[in-house]
Amino acid sequence: MWNWLINPEQPYTWGFIARVVIKATLLFLLFNVLFASFQAMDFIGRFSLYNRIFAGRERLPYNHDDAQDYTLTMDNIPAMFATHEINRSKADDEYRVLLVGDSATWGFLLPAYQTLAQQLTDKNYLLADGRRVVAYTIAHPVMSLTKDLLLLDEAMNYQPDMVIWLVTLQSFSQNRQVGAPIIQNNPARVRQLITDYHLLLNPYDDRFKPIISHAIFGNQRLLADWLRIQSYGFMWQATGIDHLVLNSELRRNDFEEDFSWENLKSPQSITADDLAFDLIRAGHDMVGDIPLILVNEPMFIADGQNSDIRYNHFYPRWVYDEYRMIFTELATANDWHYCDLWDAMPRDSFTDSPVHMTADATGNLSQMLGEMVTDYLEFGYLGKECD
Amino acid sequence: MTFNLTLIAIFTAGGFIYSLILPKSWRKWTLFIASILAVYALQPPLLIRNMDFILPTVTIFVTVFVWIATLPRQDNQLRITIQWRDLFTIAVLMLLITGLAMTRFLPSEWQLLTASRPPAPLDVFLALFPLALLIILVGGIQINQPRQKVLLSLMILVIIGVFIILKTDRLALAFSGWLREQTGRDATLANPLTDLNWLGFSYVAFRLIHVLRDRQTGKLPDVSLRDMLTYIIFFPSLTAGPIDRIERFQEDLVALPEMNGRDPSRIVIGSTRIVIGIFKKFVVADTLALFALTATNAGQVTYAGGMWVLLYGYAFRLFFDFSGYSDIAIGIGMLFGVQLPENFNRPYLKNSITSFWQSWHITLSNWVRFYIFSPLTRTMLRWKRKPSSDVIVGIGLVATMVIIGLWHGISFTFFIWGLWHATGLFIHKMWSDRTRKWYNQFKKKQGQLRLWNWAGIFITFHFVVVGWVWFVMPDVGSALSVLSKLAGVGF
Repeated sequence: MWNWLINPEQPYTWGFIARVVIKATLLFLLFNVLFASFQAMDFIGRFSLYNRIFAGRERLPYNHDDAQDYTLTMDNIPAMFATHEINRSKADDEYRVLLVGDSATWGFLLPAYQTLAQQLTDKNYLLADGRRVVAYTIAHPVMSLTKDLLLLDEAMNYQPDMVIWLVTLQSFSQNRQVGAPIIQNNPARVRQLITDYHLLLNPYDDRFKPIISHAIFGNQRLLADWLRIQSYGFMWQATGIDHLVLNSELRRNDFEEDFSWENLKSPQSITADDLAFDLIRAGHDMVGDIPLILVNEPMFIADGQNSDIRYNHFYPRWVYDEYRMIFTELATANDWHYCDLWDAMPRDSFTDSPVHMTADATGNLSQMLGEMVTDYLEFGYLGKECD
Repeated sequence: MTFNLTLIAIFTAGGFIYSLILPKSWRKWTLFIASILAVYALQPPLLIRNMDFILPTVTIFVTVFVWIATLPRQDNQLRITIQWRDLFTIAVLMLLITGLAMTRFLPSEWQLLTASRPPAPLDVFLALFPLALLIILVGGIQINQPRQKVLLSLMILVIIGVFIILKTDRLALAFSGWLREQTGRDATLANPLTDLNWLGFSYVAFRLIHVLRDRQTGKLPDVSLRDMLTYIIFFPSLTAGPIDRIERFQEDLVALPEMNGRDPSRIVIGSTRIVIGIFKKFVVADTLALFALTATNAGQVTYAGGMWVLLYGYAFRLFFDFSGYSDIAIGIGMLFGVQLPENFNRPYLKNSITSFWQSWHITLSNWVRFYIFSPLTRTMLRWKRKPSSDVIVGIGLVATMVIIGLWHGISFTFFIWGLWHATGLFIHKMWSDRTRKWYNQFKKKQGQLRLWNWAGIFITFHFVVVGWVWFVMPDVGSALSVLSKLAGVGF
């Protein structure tokens, strides 16, 4: 078996070893230069076995710390989209709706077939022109409008007909905009967004990871992740599992006497500038003529101890009420299509967090969104739920 | 710490220094010291206090006692027979182990040679000193050869007993609980995986039995304590083999001082084997592991094709993982001047199950052939009312393959896996015996022969692959469920 190695045609010499080392070093350098010159990571990222050998994933890859999720959290945005079912040709009768948002929209604690987008598609809404509504989850379990914008920017390459952006106050926090690895590991893309849309973010924020190199050396992790996500395709295809649905602890209903939210310790007046509304404006600029509907997502409203102070463990009442007021004012002033569904779901609709919903509640919300889409396209009106 | 890339890099760099720079006369001692240190460094951390220091120490001292038991005996006179060279080895051993314990006083980030903070050096010395005295005294007790044979048999039984405890889930759990009670820990938290993960014991046990058995049969060469210890715990092959033979290993050790350290051939071959092994293990096998069959994902698959993909994934993952480790071990061994035996030879491309077992985990197959199959069949052949040769072969194969199965873990599924292969080997033996004439004629038809070979490869591969179901699934019910799903039933 090892004859080729043990009995070479010419005996091994130190000259041979030196030549091999020199050639290997030169080839390594050459491949690295080529890799860096052609920005090969983006190119490789776009190549995927998904939608070719394996079915495309119904949501972007995200691993919640469990090997049985058959996926992994990755930061290479083209590679993430390449695994997604959106990376396939658009059918003639398809009206493509993108659902942008956080973990609630991604479908945390729900199997892939029960996400908001999937349940919306399954309801088979037909438009007047005969097209059917097909929704895609372009969400990721991170609460940051910057992350939403980053993903929307890439998603615009996939011919959307409409964007529904589901948001909650946490995503507007200035502190959270650059906190997540997916943002910190894509500094070039985020800086481009800052420049293109005049965002108020600091392009030189210390939290942005420096790009050590565009070469193979420096991108080993991204390459390994790309290879691993392809391999997980077998498990995704064979099981349909991309997120282990565990029995988790129920969201809290009782609280301390706590008025704080993020850095704000006590009730005070806040303005639009305290929240990242510039990103909502940027989102509108980004989509251009494509309809963009903003939805303030449903949340759990507690009735336990100190529920007169807090709606839930995310929000004290004072800040959330101010946020809703500001949002409504800005939506009216800017003519945004805005639907406030903050209290649309009963208490038993929520699982482990104030925004993660059960499959049934997600189904109800998908119905609201479906009717919103059809009403908007037919009458230019978001429907009775948004009044 | 497991056999990871950092350790492989350290061993490889060590191999270059050893070959190119180190004085020739230091080589044997370097291998000995490196192996002693590696047995501690490679041991994974355990939850019972100091257990990850105790188990490697037990490995070393069991080896020392086995060495004493295998010393050549001529008469019953009481006299010190341990030579000065071996006393020196014991002294070095004491110094090394006590020195390792002294790393306890280093900052925790510098305690790289032990899995966790070692015990107090004084405690270690006080435990080792009586042991060393005992070794010298026991080494001085002369017994005649029949008594020595009984002693050797007893030692083999003890090693098998420990092996059975560690490899039987319930016994290991009970032992782990008992150890926890003795150390004042919560016995309900007993878990053999975190309390008793004794690095390399399966391989150490088989090497020890080989040594003991060869002394019984008079085949064992005279071996110094240093060489015996180096052989048993030789660091490249400690965790995953190959299982070398001591007389072959000793030949390499004897040749070490004369070895040309700057031989480019050895450097090229050794380094290439390491690189190929790393690629097989850390790229191919670790990627295949993401979709290899497990007890968990077997229950999640929704169609037969998916189950086959998982099973193929497991089959290739196992091969690339194991043969990758073997390549790395052989490569590192070569850099240090030891030519470990080959363990794999394209097993999935063999056209019969007999050829498969001559090319899969070759050193284990050889071990069981030497120490189970051959003695057992020879014994049966000597019986007055000896069974037919088919029955003898059948019994020999079942015993051999069942032992290979149980070596991996004492459970019903490993037992069935052994039977599965024994059945395959037996059927192939019967078939080839009865079709030899026909086959000799058939061999002349080249085109058909090639097709026949490919059919043989296909059937053998799938026989082995389906057999892996018994190997990977934890119980008979889940194994049967996987087998039925492979046939498209049970979804």
